[in-house]
Amino acid sequence: MATNEGKNAQGAGGPRHSGPEIDKATGQSTTGHEWDGIKELNTPLPRWWLWVFYACTIYALVYVVLYPAIPLIKTGTTGLLGWHSRSAVARELSEVEAARAGVMEKIRTMPLEEIAADPDLSDTAFRAGQSAFKVNCVQCHGSGAEGGFGYANLNDDDWIWGGTLEDIHTTIQHGIRYDQDPETRISEMPAFGRDGLLDQTQIAQVTQYVLSLSGLPHDAAEAEAGSPLFAENCAVCHGENGEGQQMLGAPTLNDAVWLYSADPKQIASQINNPKHGVMPAWAGRLDEGTIKQLTIYVHGLGGGVAAEQVSAN
Amino acid sequence: MAMAQVGGLFLIALLALMGSVKAHDTQFAVHMALVAIIALAAAGWRLKTMDVSVKKTALQDREAHYMDDVVRAGAIATMFWAVIGLTVGVLIAFQLAFPHLNVEPYLNFSRLRPLHTSAVIFAFGGNALICTSFYVVQRTTGARLFGGGLPWFVFWGYQIFIVLAATGYLLGVTQSKEYAEPEWYIDLWLTVVWVAYLIVFLGTLVKRKEPHIYVANWFYLSFIVTIAMLHVVNNLAVPVSFLGSKSYSAFAGVQDALTQWWYGHNAVGFFLTAGFLGMMYYFIPKQAERPVYSYRLSIVHFWSLIFLYIWAGPHHLHYTALPDWAQTLGMVFSVMLWMPSWGGMINGLMTLSGAWDKLRTDPIIRMMVIAVAFYGMSTFEGPMMSIKAVNSLSHYTDWTIGHVHSGALGWVGMISFGAVYYLVPRLWMRPRLYSVRLVSWHFWLATIGIVLYAASMWVSGIMQGLMWREYNAEGFLVYSFVETVAAMHPYYIIRGLGGVMYLTGALIMAFNIYKTIRGDLRQEKPMGAAVEPAE
Repeated sequence: MATNEGKNAQGAGGPRHSGPEIDKATGQSTTGHEWDGIKELNTPLPRWWLWVFYACTIYALVYVVLYPAIPLIKTGTTGLLGWHSRSAVARELSEVEAARAGVMEKIRTMPLEEIAADPDLSDTAFRAGQSAFKVNCVQCHGSGAEGGFGYANLNDDDWIWGGTLEDIHTTIQHGIRYDQDPETRISEMPAFGRDGLLDQTQIAQVTQYVLSLSGLPHDAAEAEAGSPLFAENCAVCHGENGEGQQMLGAPTLNDAVWLYSADPKQIASQINNPKHGVMPAWAGRLDEGTIKQLTIYVHGLGGGVAAEQVSAN
Repeated sequence: MAMAQVGGLFLIALLALMGSVKAHDTQFAVHMALVAIIALAAAGWRLKTMDVSVKKTALQDREAHYMDDVVRAGAIATMFWAVIGLTVGVLIAFQLAFPHLNVEPYLNFSRLRPLHTSAVIFAFGGNALICTSFYVVQRTTGARLFGGGLPWFVFWGYQIFIVLAATGYLLGVTQSKEYAEPEWYIDLWLTVVWVAYLIVFLGTLVKRKEPHIYVANWFYLSFIVTIAMLHVVNNLAVPVSFLGSKSYSAFAGVQDALTQWWYGHNAVGFFLTAGFLGMMYYFIPKQAERPVYSYRLSIVHFWSLIFLYIWAGPHHLHYTALPDWAQTLGMVFSVMLWMPSWGGMINGLMTLSGAWDKLRTDPIIRMMVIAVAFYGMSTFEGPMMSIKAVNSLSHYTDWTIGHVHSGALGWVGMISFGAVYYLVPRLWMRPRLYSVRLVSWHFWLATIGIVLYAASMWVSGIMQGLMWREYNAEGFLVYSFVETVAAMHPYYIIRGLGGVMYLTGALIMAFNIYKTIRGDLRQEKPMGAAVEPAE
């Protein structure tokens, strides 16, 4: 690729009029123009190119006649087909809603227990609830309802506020510590460290005792010392053996499920100055039918508790 | 004259310094300080060089005739910004695959993404266009660039625009319009630079020594004129204060959206298509040493392209608040645009008639041909995606990203690389490039990189669109948004690897260009020798 700079420099000196000539490789004549050594062939437009261009133009014209296209003073032409994007969406939505209206009405009006007892209906409610969950709940509880730090796992059978259909329904309707809803569920663990109810040594001892409740590695002597402190300060809500109390929203402490992780630092921090998570109330944002579908879904994830099971306990 | 220039620069520095001190926000203060420093440095440089008479190098008599030093600077700037823009692209590709790579606040995805798009489109692409247009317009008119030192003002002014825009993104200065993110004061500066560019280009055309204007110059001129119009209208805004970076657009609601996409789509049409077609119309016939395939086709496709392109913008707003009639027009104009776009492809490819054997021996021609092939593919894909039924699946998905990159990496990138490979030995008077075999390496790395990129984004985008619209029997959505994100993860990694390959090719090119400018020649077997029988 030796440069032809010398030729270029000469060529720049002034205009040349070479006149049309025949290009050997193609047999086509040139236009007679030349710029910096570049010539142009006089090849006619490729036929196929021209015909496809015409076809596209005809397609465009037909489309313009059939669909809304030409702007007028206040609105535009509506097109022969009378198609309109918003009414098309509205029609599609109403068709879907009409098709499922019967079963949705059943879910809305029937008691939860009866829905759960009907296999077909509960199956539909479960899938509808799954869809609603993916739009409204996954942001905190995760797409597999597996929860996260500070957000409850909904797959297991450890329920802070109860796992019956009724309990779950109430939680979704009114939320947790959600100020705007007067019936929201409220529990507030005291800040034992921040408010000086326990000193740091005592908190360390209670932490070791809490670890011992679920058989996690702990310092036996510290835990021993923490035991009476737990009985005095914590057992009233969390139970003597840390079994929790769903009426008060006091989490179970003697199992392997943790809202804020089993890390001793986290446990101590939660005793010192606890976090109080908030879940919004969904009544008013979602219709009753959707809330019931969500209830059936969350209950059916695997950890749902039957009402009679609770009364037996 | 020189004293007046120095005085003017000092005045600018003083005003910028005052603006910096009185600024209402940190970003504006930083930018004005930057402007003051640049003006002071320029003044200092001018003072130092004003007494030195222009050195006559033995380089060429040519220099007396053509203004090539600004083209040389442009070629270096093109290569520099290519590496920057592609590196940021690779980084943000991996940020999407691995969110932990986001470094808050300056290096998070949302600030780096406009840095990437502006660096590749405006810094790399813009410098490539300005540099080649300065070269081509001189060679095809037989005239020196018009305006004395004005081309240098265009070059440096444009670099200042890039630096202000890029630092602004990192500091959080943006008017949130895609591809038009810079705020009002940077927009005003670009307007000044762009008008100077138009004056240089038009002035050179006016004093041409050839009777006709070559087709490449039609495309370059349409690019310069239309970008000026698009830039000014879309950036009409009212600053909150003349000492602050924030402004509010003159448009609101759906009018704002339509103006933005009228701009955005025609930035594609006139910056990334028309401008680079100008490049193609000069460098392909030169490198192939063949006449342009069809003069008639060039006329018909030029006029049909620029007439149809300007109406196609509303296809970016299908199924939105934009009235149905405007959506229809956006779509049908896009469909009609297919053949006018392909006219350029036909003229580029068919110019090789009688020289197809060069594909075997000349990797630069290969690069230009693959560029035109990707141009043809993207300009078929574009009209197809503008059809509403297709768009309802493709819109907002990675398919769009794949489409853009087959155009950007394939067409814009490859034709620019080809042009720079053509230019550098000629600009620095070298017998040839340092290594033609390295060009071949660059070609294959880039081509495979694009294929990985485009293919992974097709799969990822179509999958994403199908998952979004997946309903169960009762009409309920099946997937949550985050499940679609998780499903795209492997494709994001493949895309990132494609980007790494493309970037590696560009780094090899930068090395090759550097060695060529230094005057080194690699001793190597010529291309195509491998197929000859061993002796």
